[in-house]
Amino acid sequence: MATMNMIQALNSAMDVLLTRDPNVLIFGEDVGFFGGVFRATEGLQKKHGLERCFDTPIAEAGLIGISVGMAAYGLRPIVEIQFADYIYPAYDQIVSEVARLRYRSAGQFTAPITIRSPYGGGIFGGQTHSQSVEALFTHVAGLKVVIPSNPYDAKGLLIASVEEDDPVVFLEPKRIYNGPFDGHHDRPVSPWSKHPASEVPDGHYRVPLGKAAVAREGSDVTVLAYGTMVHVVLAAVEEAGVDAEVIDLRTLWPVDIEAITGSVRKTGRCVIVHEATRTSGFGAELSALVQERCFYHLEAPILRVAGWDTPYPHAFEWEYFPGPARVAAALKRTMEA
Amino acid sequence: MTSSPHPLRPNALSLRIPEPKARPGEKLDFGNLRLSAAGEVARPPVDIDHTEIRDLAYRLIRVLDDDDRALGPWAPGLSVEALKRGLRSMMLTRAFDERMYRAQRQGKTSFYMKCRGEEAVAVAQAEALSPDDMCFPTYRQQGLLIARGYPLLEMMNQVLSNEQDPLKGRQLPVLYSAREFGFFSISGNLGTQFSQAVGWAMASAFKNDRRVASAWIGDGSTAEGDFHHALTFASVYRAPAILNVVNNQWAISSFHGIAGDNDSPFASRATGYGLPALRVDGNDFLAVYAATRWAVDRARANLGATLIEHVTYRAEGHSTSDDPSQYRPVEEAAGWPLGDPVARLSRHLIAIGEWSDDAHAALEKELVELVRATARQSEAIGTLATGSKPSVREMFEDVFKEMPWHIREQRQELGI
Repeated sequence: MATMNMIQALNSAMDVLLTRDPNVLIFGEDVGFFGGVFRATEGLQKKHGLERCFDTPIAEAGLIGISVGMAAYGLRPIVEIQFADYIYPAYDQIVSEVARLRYRSAGQFTAPITIRSPYGGGIFGGQTHSQSVEALFTHVAGLKVVIPSNPYDAKGLLIASVEEDDPVVFLEPKRIYNGPFDGHHDRPVSPWSKHPASEVPDGHYRVPLGKAAVAREGSDVTVLAYGTMVHVVLAAVEEAGVDAEVIDLRTLWPVDIEAITGSVRKTGRCVIVHEATRTSGFGAELSALVQERCFYHLEAPILRVAGWDTPYPHAFEWEYFPGPARVAAALKRTMEA
Repeated sequence: MTSSPHPLRPNALSLRIPEPKARPGEKLDFGNLRLSAAGEVARPPVDIDHTEIRDLAYRLIRVLDDDDRALGPWAPGLSVEALKRGLRSMMLTRAFDERMYRAQRQGKTSFYMKCRGEEAVAVAQAEALSPDDMCFPTYRQQGLLIARGYPLLEMMNQVLSNEQDPLKGRQLPVLYSAREFGFFSISGNLGTQFSQAVGWAMASAFKNDRRVASAWIGDGSTAEGDFHHALTFASVYRAPAILNVVNNQWAISSFHGIAGDNDSPFASRATGYGLPALRVDGNDFLAVYAATRWAVDRARANLGATLIEHVTYRAEGHSTSDDPSQYRPVEEAAGWPLGDPVARLSRHLIAIGEWSDDAHAALEKELVELVRATARQSEAIGTLATGSKPSVREMFEDVFKEMPWHIREQRQELGI
């Protein structure tokens, strides 16, 4: 057991994977000698060898393209896309190739590829370093989408993702790489070391895909969140004085439907929170699922708190970011409904 | 200069929109085709520095001359047995195409694509590769499967989407997948396979294997980013890959110039990436074999990838969905200066005293009969029209390794 932040936990996961499976290899822009712009792969090249963790040309579609060929050969690639905002050039290879390979070849070829990418806002990254792209992938048949919210889950989910025989888009909330940011940008952020989820086993373990976690038990309202927003929601719940049950989805797709419906049927209310733009965001799918399955248990309309439907604006970071005040307001609204 | 200045502005700029030399009703003109004589192009050793053979991107490697003799340093010295095997595979591919095309016209399937005129590219390359080398083809290399001995019946079952369709009714006809035969699942969105092949080749090198990968792309699709990615990664990581551009002159109705070879042949793209390039007569079985063998030997010697442009001609429509007489002269296929690959190899075998017109006619009859008998077998299993397709349960399988709850629910919603 060691105390780790999320970067260290992800690094530890990849170290374990490289050690255990000679078919695992890691590549991406700047991931080799330098260890990645967020240092997630620091030291891995030195420890495991040049060809186990190496730099690539700046060509995201090329990265995913070669990973498909490597998977067809029998390797298990971990591809880093430096920022989720840069994943769009690779969209054709991900949607038309990675996601569909097992289906279209009737299982002859598979794509056990894990695409890691830092995503989300709160870092003054502007339009091209802040976006939340998850709904572009939850919409695609054949992909699993995973978003951890703490170091323990990050390591266990990444190991599970890489060992999965299906492709996984693994999005890392970069705002909480170093500490559990609760949305109060004007207050100091406490480091992960003060959070119990920073206790991370050194060796191999998995956090299963498709299983949500209850981040806070409660009885008044169910809040569905993932990534950075789990911590924002936990802060907002305290400030609103509402006994909310906070579900950390962890795997967005296939989502843990039992955890969601079980909680909403208990509380009768549901608020959905994500950073991504609201329209056609993942919250829309969650809302539909809850409505279809829990309608007769609902005592209030389902509410969504999300990024505004604008490009991510640089100077308006905190007006855009769905912080604790907006979440708390939604919690109160749903309780008053 | 081809500028057409503005009537009132003599020095105005003008935009070039490339057009082929001839459209329907116009006189055939192959004046832009860069040709070399058979036997004329030198054959360098496979370990040569690529900077010393840049001219090969602008020449045309040809072995068979107009008198059907094999000339020059690229003549591969293939055994008569290998030549006859190649001829048979090309003829079988053609017979298969004819039959499946007719099946589409008879409503037994939705779609078909022939490779007439381009058989040598796939079949000679299958001969030059080892059976365990990996192929990342387009939809016009069905000759690879036939040359590698993939069962015709399986191909037909795929095309007819019947109960025995190895791809379980999920894929468009002709987008085969045959892992056991080193044939990657064909994608309908063009170009993606090119970088994938380089990834496979990188994996082979990573595992200190001996196998190489071969990829095909059409002249039109070289304009896709995947082409650039493949060449970049192949160059950077010295991947053991054969990167083939099948320049069949037409991308549906768009001529090769629209993809960018007005001023420089596709083979020359390799130069800037630091890769060697060979430009070869794609209708010359011996030249295709020899060029491919050179690239395979180079790749297997850990010297990296080679780009090969095969200059050929798509003698039929793009698919069953277009009528080529609408966009090019109907006489163009017959007038193609590099002839027909099947006829040329057959005449060469006759010229060396190993074949005859009678033997050719007998073989053709035999293959047509083989295809007909196999087609009857496949059609007895079912066609798209008879509705005897795979179980609709298959629609929901293989999206993931294990079926998640939402797909199971949707299957139940459909009542199965």
